[in-house]
Amino acid sequence: MAEAVHPRGTKPRRRLSGRNIMLYGTLLVFSLYYILPLWVMVMTSLKGMPEVRLGNIFAPPVEITFEPWVKAWAEACTGLNCDGLSRGFWNSVRILIPSVILSIIVASVNGYALVNWRFKGSDVFFTILIFGSFIPYQVMLYPIVILLREMGLYGTLWGLVVVHTIFGMPILTLLFRNYFSSIPEELFKAARVDGAGFWGIYFRIMLPMSLPIFVVALILQVTGIWNDFLFGVVYTKPDLYPMTVQLNNIVNSVQGVKEYNVNMAATLLTGLVPLIIYFVSGKLFVRGIAAGAVKG
Amino acid sequence: MSYSIQVKDLKLDFGAVSVLKTLNIDVAEGEFIVLLGPSGCGKSTLLNCLAGLLDITDGEIWIKGKNVTWAEPSERGIGMVFQSYALYPQMTVRGNLSFGLKNARMPKEEIDKRVARAAEILQIEPLLDRKPAALSGGQRQRVAIGRALVRDVDVFLFDEPLSNLDAKLRSELRVEIKRLHSRLNNTMVYVTHDQIEALTLADRIAVMRGGIIQQLAAPQEIYNRPANLFVAGFIGSPSMNFLHGATVDNGRAFQFGETKIDLSGYDGGAVLDRPRAILGLRPEHLLIQTEAEPGRTLPAVVEIDEPMGADSLVWLVAGGTQMSVRVPVERRLAPGTRVHLKVDISKASIFDTESEKRV
Repeated sequence: MAEAVHPRGTKPRRRLSGRNIMLYGTLLVFSLYYILPLWVMVMTSLKGMPEVRLGNIFAPPVEITFEPWVKAWAEACTGLNCDGLSRGFWNSVRILIPSVILSIIVASVNGYALVNWRFKGSDVFFTILIFGSFIPYQVMLYPIVILLREMGLYGTLWGLVVVHTIFGMPILTLLFRNYFSSIPEELFKAARVDGAGFWGIYFRIMLPMSLPIFVVALILQVTGIWNDFLFGVVYTKPDLYPMTVQLNNIVNSVQGVKEYNVNMAATLLTGLVPLIIYFVSGKLFVRGIAAGAVKG
Repeated sequence: MSYSIQVKDLKLDFGAVSVLKTLNIDVAEGEFIVLLGPSGCGKSTLLNCLAGLLDITDGEIWIKGKNVTWAEPSERGIGMVFQSYALYPQMTVRGNLSFGLKNARMPKEEIDKRVARAAEILQIEPLLDRKPAALSGGQRQRVAIGRALVRDVDVFLFDEPLSNLDAKLRSELRVEIKRLHSRLNNTMVYVTHDQIEALTLADRIAVMRGGIIQQLAAPQEIYNRPANLFVAGFIGSPSMNFLHGATVDNGRAFQFGETKIDLSGYDGGAVLDRPRAILGLRPEHLLIQTEAEPGRTLPAVVEIDEPMGADSLVWLVAGGTQMSVRVPVERRLAPGTRVHLKVDISKASIFDTESEKRV
């Protein structure tokens, strides 16, 4: 029989228990599952076409070439234009920046007013707003075409900005409302006794306390608007197509040889912006989501 | 007499629910008024109405001879201190103190002067450049008081300012608030559910329940002559002993079971004969003795005693009713001991069972 150990101090932990093997094994399998497609894409995008034709999709490139990336960015043809994804990229940027700024400004003021300056029917207003997020986009597609046409915005960049702002409203307002309602009401009351008005309280009290939720809104909107395809293709014209639409046109073109390496590079390029945003602000994002979710 | 605050027929409804029911209060200049009551009685709501943070349904509010019923909170000449301190977390203490003055577009020198004075009075000068997160609870509440102080107003409103502090700090700040009041001599309206705070601080206490003021009087008056059963039961710890019985012999005696207690010397109105009445006796107005005195004592049996340091609390049963009596701590009584309780009728209260009002 083993010598009886007299328990004292920190309890020893076994590293290689069956539990740990199961846990880390599962984690490993899942991470492989998610990383493999990315691996294939990156590798393929760095190969020349002859090497791609060999069909070893998991193998790293024998000869690394950035040719496909250059071609995807600057030379790939969509329709009559042969200046690659760069045109779509700049279109997307021009759509993204005003849409994100406008929608976040409007939604944050909405949320603030709904929490702190309740008016008759504010609950009804909020319910209707939230209800809007449950209606499928397709139902509203054509009516909005008519609306934009009547306003003279159809086919313009600003038309698309308006659409993005409106469709971001329900979820963003909900987000901001929940966050602001977690800020103690007494703070708001104290500011009123101190003589601050609607905008004074918004800018001087609420805004400085709300950085995390603004980051969350920023990420949601940047990824959502950047990844949007439907509105981009419906409400703009070919000159103004955002990057996603252009990517689709490059990848799905039926003329000539399928250039898998260029397609992969183009797809990676398109996904780069949301990826960067996630990596830069991931921590703030999680914190903000958690904060906004506390109160309903 | 000039009034600092006058509330005239104030009513407040939330939808169909009536929260405040026709309140009338006149507060004299420099008076310390405490609004006391259980949670949900409307005391904080009334304070919010005075501050202008809630729109009232009907009635008028006057502050310093001006009708401020429709005025914004910042225009009413009030300063307010909240339970959760409500300091602006992103500003330093100095920023917190000067925020309201900046909003009023006051010149910078004047702001600096007032902040310095408030910091001196509250002894928070070393903290001026710290953020609220770096302060203790007591320091935060000082800053919150300072925020009301710099406004240089005549009326201070306190909304349970000490409820978030621990017992020791609470009693310290309580004294400090009282000192502040005697130094500044401005009008203070103070909401609390703590009767010790109410009894120690107030010039007058307004005991509230269900949106109605039950009694508005000086602390001693409220303690000795509670207007009704609710006030009698709410004030005092442990609470008043209630004996259910009847008044007989043309209101000259109280019949409690077999025992008759002589009512001569009662401090109140005409007792009359009431088939159902309640005799209220505070624990410190009863005396435990071994021999019976007809008309002066009632028999009881000791259940337990609780020594509490300064004195001791004895729980007894008399005629099926549980009672408590305060005795010197040296006096230990074994459970089951038969004793007689001598009643000090001059300090007792008699309530009509139907109306619950003091006779």
